[in-house]
This record gives sequence, structure tokens and C-alpha cells, in this order.
Amino acid sequence: MTDTPETKPFEPTIIGFTCNWCSYRAADMAGTARMKYAPNVRLIRLMCSGRLDPTFVLKAFAGGADAVLISGCHPGDCHYINQNYKALRRFLLMKRVLAQMGIQPERLKLLWASAAEGAIFTREINEFVEQVRALGPLNWNTTAIEVHAEKEEVPA
Amino acid sequence: MSKPKFAMYWAASCGGCEIAVLNIHEKILDVDAAFEVVFWPVAMDAKYKDVEAMQDGEITLCLFNGGMRNDENEHIAKLLRRKSKIMVAFGSCACEGCIPGLANFRPIKELVDTAFSTISTDNPENIRPQTSYSMPEGAITIPTLNPMLKTLDQVVDVDYYMPGCPPESHQIAAVVDLVIAALNGKAELPPKGATIGAGNSTVCDECQRKRNVKLIKEFGRIQFTEADPELCLLEQGIPCNGIATRSGCNARCPSVGAQCIGCYGPAEGVVDYGARLIAGFASVIDSDDPVEIDKILDGLVDPAGQFYRFNLAGSLLRASKSAQKG
Amino acid sequence: MDKKEKIGVYVCHCGTNIAGVVNVGEVSTWAAENLKNDGVVIARDYKFMCSSLGQELIQKDIKEQGLTRVVVAACSPHLHEATFRNACKGGGLNPYLCELVSIREQDSWVHTDKIAATEKAKAILSGGVSRVIHHEPLEPLHVPIHPATLVVGGGIAGIQAALEIANAGFPVYLVEREPSIGGHMAQFDKTFPTLDCSACILTPKMVDAGNHPNITLLTYSEVEKVDGYVGNFVATIRKRARSVNEADCTGCGICWEKCPKKVVDNVFEAGMGYRKAVYVSFPQAVPKYPVIDRENCTYYIKGTCKACEKFCPTNAINFAQEDEILNVQVGNIILATGYDLFDSRRITQYGYGRLANVFTSLEFERMSNAAGPTGGNIVLRDGKTVPKVVGIVHCVGSRDKNYNEYCSAICCMQSLKFAHLVEERTGAEVYNFYIDIRTPGKGYEEFYHRLLEEGTHFIRGKVAEISDAARLPAEEGKLIMQVEDTLTANQLRVPVDMVILSAGLEPRHDAKEVANRFGISCSADGWLIERHPKLDPVATVTEGIYIAGCVQGPKDIPNSVAQGAAAAARILGKIQQKEVALEPIRATIHEEQCSGCRICNNMCPFNAILFHEDKMVSEVNPALCQGCGTCVAACPAGAISGTGFSNEQILSQINGLLLLNIPKKEVVA
Repeated sequence: MTDTPETKPFEPTIIGFTCNWCSYRAADMAGTARMKYAPNVRLIRLMCSGRLDPTFVLKAFAGGADAVLISGCHPGDCHYINQNYKALRRFLLMKRVLAQMGIQPERLKLLWASAAEGAIFTREINEFVEQVRALGPLNWNTTAIEVHAEKEEVPA
Repeated sequence: MSKPKFAMYWAASCGGCEIAVLNIHEKILDVDAAFEVVFWPVAMDAKYKDVEAMQDGEITLCLFNGGMRNDENEHIAKLLRRKSKIMVAFGSCACEGCIPGLANFRPIKELVDTAFSTISTDNPENIRPQTSYSMPEGAITIPTLNPMLKTLDQVVDVDYYMPGCPPESHQIAAVVDLVIAALNGKAELPPKGATIGAGNSTVCDECQRKRNVKLIKEFGRIQFTEADPELCLLEQGIPCNGIATRSGCNARCPSVGAQCIGCYGPAEGVVDYGARLIAGFASVIDSDDPVEIDKILDGLVDPAGQFYRFNLAGSLLRASKSAQKG
Repeated sequence: MDKKEKIGVYVCHCGTNIAGVVNVGEVSTWAAENLKNDGVVIARDYKFMCSSLGQELIQKDIKEQGLTRVVVAACSPHLHEATFRNACKGGGLNPYLCELVSIREQDSWVHTDKIAATEKAKAILSGGVSRVIHHEPLEPLHVPIHPATLVVGGGIAGIQAALEIANAGFPVYLVEREPSIGGHMAQFDKTFPTLDCSACILTPKMVDAGNHPNITLLTYSEVEKVDGYVGNFVATIRKRARSVNEADCTGCGICWEKCPKKVVDNVFEAGMGYRKAVYVSFPQAVPKYPVIDRENCTYYIKGTCKACEKFCPTNAINFAQEDEILNVQVGNIILATGYDLFDSRRITQYGYGRLANVFTSLEFERMSNAAGPTGGNIVLRDGKTVPKVVGIVHCVGSRDKNYNEYCSAICCMQSLKFAHLVEERTGAEVYNFYIDIRTPGKGYEEFYHRLLEEGTHFIRGKVAEISDAARLPAEEGKLIMQVEDTLTANQLRVPVDMVILSAGLEPRHDAKEVANRFGISCSADGWLIERHPKLDPVATVTEGIYIAGCVQGPKDIPNSVAQGAAAAARILGKIQQKEVALEPIRATIHEEQCSGCRICNNMCPFNAILFHEDKMVSEVNPALCQGCGTCVAACPAGAISGTGFSNEQILSQINGLLLLNIPKKEVVA
């Protein structure tokens, strides 16, 4: 790929799911402490990583996200006792399904971050953005189907 | 007054749906009594031009089965949509892609190669079908394959969905009764977009097997398992899709000792069928240790195939990345 | 969406906090133009949305424009969600129809590229707008509060809490595992920094608790199970058989006087003294009734003896007594189960257990106690030799990555107290080996200065080894403490007669099980987790369950008492209100769609999901549900919905964040 003035470097779009009690607060803390990270991640607040429905991840990829971040409390520290382990089980199965669908498992990241770990949250996001940048755009192309359909609709 | 008109069409499907319709036994006579069958290529001779000549909305009920594999499928789907008052996506293929939709895991080229150049094919010149061909008598065309199989509602507006591979005959009979009653003003049709001929819950609702809290340490394949005939299959580690599959079949497979493979699709209101199974199967894993969880997951040999056998084309992702590239 | 919502969008400048990086004007103009299809009818930006003027702006629009939804793009919901919900409520809109999205903590404060930050703000706002369409009006749940309280743990924190509640006129069940209440404080002789006698200040409280008409004392008892939810818990308590009928016993003490079996007391006397097989933990024990230790009692071992029974003047001994199981109904629970002492044997180079004259802090407490095994004489293990030189090691098992990384908070002051007591009673020379001296309490630093003036030696360094291997004649028969004085960078060998290890505090060995039993969680260290480390230190994530004292983390007596009282105050507030309002974020199972597959049954750690065998469906108890949403995500039939975080809300938010809701022509490919 040649870098002409017109071609901007690829900026991935990442959807991040955060736990209300830990990682969302870690993000708050990163903010309060004015730590800096790449603006590529858009966060969604859930009450717990256990709320993460695999549908959300599939929806994000199908909707054009280049990667998805799932974050929750550290193992053993779950605000709801042990629900983050349930998120872990789903995450491990989801990665396998995504791989079969041709979505590199590296595009789905699980991050444990406590409310106090704004610095870790910041560092991990920056690393993840770089990792996804290296993978390149995912360009999930379900819209191609519609484009094709529209073309077909033109009367012969 | 002439009888209301009935049509049935097959796109990318196997023909099982037509057999299921005939399998309603003497009820088929009610269909004949209530409707004038105007178009049903499997059962009677008919020409596309006859349909094209009809008024818009002239057909009262169209049962459309099969997915959108090529441009002919789409053309007829659009044609029948225009001509029909009630368009029913009939059977798993039309609703969610079904087995033909599994092709969405691979690029279309592989699909064609598999058909025309595998070892069992006698094709020494490695010829591929061409969409148009000029002959002395003139040009002939065959339909163009879509890069990805689509469901009916990804191409046209659908009034009702009737799931199943194929839909159960008793459910078809019930739907026939309902439509006839509605035509006579004795019943009301469900709201547009509804799923008919099925329940709202999942197969477990109709399954007679005993069930407990499910915690498993190992997934096993049914052919290698001596399953307890009374106990929930998933509880025994057999990946039964019944937990997430729409009810309506009377738990046909689990009741004879086979795992549900999911032909009735997702339950009411579910966005992505496979996601429900990912969540469901992950929930029964009895471990907090990532290494052990992965070991347990190794027992699911083909998770995407397991979760999307019937639903791939109708799922959120619709097709694998390699299929999208064509 | 049946009817189109009318959404008001408010973008906050937060002075320059947001506006300095995000072009707020551009964001609000963009929203007005591009989010029309979603129902945005008005989009404003304002200096400080949280100010009363900002809130009035929202309220005015609700009334005049007939807004049905409000989205505020400002700071974190953890800061001002309640503010804007209340503003909506004031304007006549259900507070839950408001969504606050964070473009400060998650955007302007963490990004420097103004264009990228502005674009991100648009996406975040778009996500909020898409989400708010699917919000539903909600009402808080109201649950009645049973006036009784269960206090688990009869140390000073538990006693304080029980007394506060009982004195306010409400019933308390005080459950203690040991035969007497009092906890660790009862073992101490003096308390820092005032050096007042521990027993003198504790025993009156113990007696008060024992006699209080509103307190039911259940000692030698343990909570086995807790069912129910805030306002309405049912605790199953095992009251272990004392083998003594409490109704008949007068506590006269003849039984333990006559009992022929001596047993090393590893609990109260920390192994320094003996008790009998029938015993009270200590003379001032509350209640006064003894317990027969069945593992050591000759009658239970050999079938004969019964000396206690023969001599008991009131026939109170009952060898056949069985454990009792009690079910008590309570509205709130306080866990004050305390701590275990760090086991100094784990640091083998300190020789505890191998070198006779290495003592733990608790052993020293007993030794210095006038009622203790040595009558308050500070002597070596032989029971008579008075030490001439004593070394005190700080931070034993604390502030050490090999054991516990945290600071145990009390050891510095405890060590200073020991130093003072040793000097006062023996005139011995005392060396304190410390890493840092930490005296953050009222009068603590002054006490440290007093010790400095008393001539105690302070050596800054972590003791590497304690041995009895003498190299020099002066070391013969001594314990040698090897340490680097980090202030002078000298390696020292300090010969002493006695070593006191100021051992740290650890979570109770069964803290995890206890946490599970009560539906709350432990940190990685094992201390129970408070709801908020600063603003809610005694509540937990489970409504109605509070923590006080060292169960939450190492702390001294004043802090334990403060927490006990604080937890009591929180509960009294709840009892006075007679009912509690709960956030209406709850899961609901739709019965007609539930297939009874039971996948969700093992998803809930709060036991909120009930399976009805008769109907073959599962049900969520809304009062037990904590709203985590794990079951919602797990249900394979999609039969569980979660208020506040529904599938529609989240999926729409994803759509919005990815700008899929923006009319296609606007998105330039």
C-alpha cells in the first residue's frame, strides 16, 4: 500500500463493553487523571461483563466494527460474585465461532480491569488499537448483499 | 365468485417442504376445495409468464420455500411478492437459509469447484457453466449464482414465517385451517411479520426428558455416547440445540433419542440464533479455569456448524469473511 | 417504535473541560440535523448542564416542547446520572427516560486530537439517542424492612453495632463462633496510644450486650445459610451444643475447677496457657456459661469421669445436649467476623516455632496481660527469665510480595506499645526493626515521639534472619537478628534475648466461604469488598448486607468501632424508613416463552432464580435479583429481559455508536 497524501492511515473502529463497577470506572479514572489513549474505542456500559450477550459482539462486527473489547472485573473480584467467569466461558466459545467465520480471534479481546486500573485500561486500549490497526479493516460486508439486490431490481 | 388463488414455489431448497405439504393427507382436499391452485411447479405444469400476466395481489396465499441462491430465485420471489396478498416464507430455507445457506461458509468459487471438479466428477476439460452461451440457434442463459445465499426476507417483504425443515405436517394443517377460517371471516390472521405454525418457546418446552441444573465437564458426540433415555441430552454433554430452537415440532428428535439440530430456528424475538447457543452452551460449562474451559470446548468439534446449520444466511453475520470476498 | 419519540439533546461544555477539546457547538448542530430520524427535535449546548440553569433548560423543554426522552452528553453517569434523572423528574418526565452519555471522562479528557474527539462525541451521542428510544418508564422497587438485624461476629465491631441498634429499640441477633463474645480485643492488655486497659473498656460493653433486652446472644454458634433478600432475610443458625443447660447454669465455676483435664488453649491464650475441657474462654466471658470441649473431655473420649456433672450444684451439665438449628428472620445483616493472625511459621528464617524465644504479637499480648498465663510478667519461654534485650520485628507477613502486599495498619502502633510495655515492666533495651513507621491516627505520632524519648532503638531495615548460631562470644545464648540498617547502610547483627514478631492481619481462613454464603465478594487478598471504597465503606453490593471492622480490611479498634456504629446507623435509617427503594434494574422471565430448560438456574449467585417443577418454568425473584443481567444474556430462548439494559437498548446503542442510524447519504464512503 502506498501512502499518498489522500490515503489516511486506517483508523479502526472498536466497540468496547465495560462493566459498570470496574472497567467503566477505570475509564472514568483514566479520564479524571487525564491519561491519554487512542480515540478509536466507543464504550458501552453494562452492569456486568456477565450481561454480555454474544449477540452484541456479532452485531458490532456485522455493523462495521473492526474489533470488540469485552472488559470486566478481575477473576475473583466480580461485583456480582462470579459472573465474570460466565463471561469468560462465552468469550472462549465466541472466539472459536468467530474464527470459523473468518474473523481473527485477535479482534475480540477480553480485558480484566479493576476500577483502580485506569492506567492499565489506557495502556491496554492503546495496545489493542495498534494490534487491530495491524490486522487492517474487517469491512464486514453484509451490505454487499443489499447492493446486489438493488442491482437486480433494475428491470431488464 | 371464484376461489382465492394459491401458489407454492421452491427456490434453493430440497423439495421436502412440498412433500410435507402433501403429507397433510386428506387435508390437502380442503386446500383444493378452498383454493384455486394457480402456480405450483412441483405439483403441476405452469409457466412464469402465466404468473406475470396476473394482476398484482391476485394470488391470495403464496407459500414460498427455498433460499435466494441465484438471480432466478430472486426474480420469482419479487414476482410472486407483487402478485400475492399473503407471502409466507415457508420452511427453514426461505426463513433462514437452511442447509443451502451453509454454502455461505465458503467462497462461491469453492462451491462451483466442488460441484464440477472433484474426483467423482467426469469433467476432463474442467468446464464451468457459463451464464450465457451463444449457439447457432441463438443465445441461451442460465441463472447467475449469488455470491452469498440470502433468505427470502433479505430480498422481498414477507408477511409470515413458517419455520421447520420441513414444517411439521400437523402445523401445516393447522395453518391451512386458520387461513381458510380467516378467509371465511371466522378467524383473524396474526399480525404481519409473525411466525406461524410454531410455538414461541423452545424445544425443551415440549421435550419430555427429565432435567436438572446443567453443569457439564465434557461435550460428547451422540454417536459415541450411551445416553440415558430419560434424561435431558445436554445434561449428558450431548450438544442438543433444543434449548434455543423454536418449539412446535413436539420435540421430535429428542423424543427419539437424537439431539435437536435446530431446524425450527430461533425462538420469538431472538436476533441471532447462534448467539443464543453460544450463550447457552457456555452456560453449562462447569469450570472457571480458561485452560479447562478450552478443553471442554474441544468437545464441540464444529461450533459454527453446530450453531448455524440452519441459520447462517439469516444470522447477523450472514456469511463468513471468505464467502464475502466471493 | 410505535409512536415517534421527541428527544431533547443537551451537550455540555463543562466550562472548558469538554469544550476545550470537543467542538460542542458542532456536535449539537450535527445532532439536530442527523438524528432527526431518531426523533431528536431539539439539540442545545450549554456551559454547565449540571447547574440549576442547565437543569431548568431541560425542564423547560420537557414542558414546552413535550419531550418524551432526554439525552445529556456530559460527564460520567457515576457523577451526574442522578442529577439529570432528577431534573427530568422535576420536569414531569419519568427519570429513567433520561440517558447521560460521557463525552468528558471518555472523550475530552483522554484525547488530544480535537477533530477525532469531536467525531467520537458525535458517535457517543448517537449511541445514546438510539438507546434512549427504547428506554421505558420505571419505578423503584419498594421492599418492606423487617426490624430485626443479624450481627455476625462478636468482636468489638459487632458488639458496637449490636448495641447501637439495640439501644435504638430494635431487636438484634448477635452470633459468635467462640463460646464468648469479645473477639481479639479481649485478649489484649493495653490499647494504643492511650494505654488504657483493654478489658476495662471492653467488658462493660460485653456485659451490656449480654444483658440487653433487645439482643439475643447466640455464642458457640454459626450462620450456616442465608436465604431471602434485603428487608426479609432468613438466616439458618447452628447453635452448637455446649453440653450445659444455660437455663440452669449460674456460671459458678465449680465445673472447670473440678475438671481433671487440662488442655492447651490455642485460641484465647494463643497457646501460652491452659484451660480445662469444660471452660469459659476467660473470666469475664459473656455469656458466663461454660462449654464442654467434646474433643478433649474424658467422658466423651473414654465414657467415664463426669466430674463436672457430679459437682455441679444446679445439675446444669447435659452430656446428651444436641446442636440446635434456629431460623431467624431479619431485615439486615452486618458481617463483623474479623481477622486471623498471619502465621509467622511461614517465614521460616524468623524461626518462630523453632526458636523458643521468638514470640508472636498475640503471644506477647497474652503474656503482658495481668490475667494472662504469666500474670503479666514479661519473661522468656522458660517462664521465669526476664529478658534484658528485646527485638521487635515490624511488618511480619505484611508489605511483602511473598506473603501479603498490603499494610496491616496496626502493627507499627502495636509494636510501639510492646516496646513501651517491655521497657516499663522489665527495663530491657528494646530494638524496633521497621520498614517505615506509620502512625496515621489521633495521638499516634505523639506516642511514637514518646517512645523515641523513652530511648527505644529504631533500626530501619527488614530483618533478614533470626538465628541462635553465635559467631562472637557476646552472641552466645542469644538470638541474633541479622539486618541491614538502611539509613546507615550497615549490616548489623543484634543479639537479643527475646524477639516479638509483629504479625500482620489476614482475612479469616473461611472468608471466601462466608462471602459466598452471604452473596457478597472478596478482593483478591480475601477481604470483603465494600460497595464504594470511599463513599460507601460499610455497605456491600448486596442490598441489606453490611460489613464492619477487620473483615473489610486491617484496621485498629477506633476504626472498627466507627465502622460498627456506621453500619448500625445505615441499618437504623433503613428500619426507620420501614421500606427500601431498590434500583429497578431487574431481570424478568417471560413465563409463556420460558421452556424450563434450566440453563439460567446456575447463572445466579444470589439464588434469585427459582425453578417451578410443577409449571416447568423458571422465575426471577425481583427482590433478590441484583440486576447483573447474566441470566438475560444466557437464556437460549430469549425469554429473559432485563430492565435498564435490555437487548433493544444495547443493540440500538451499538447501531448508534457505529452511526448506522444516520441516513445513508450522510455517510461518505
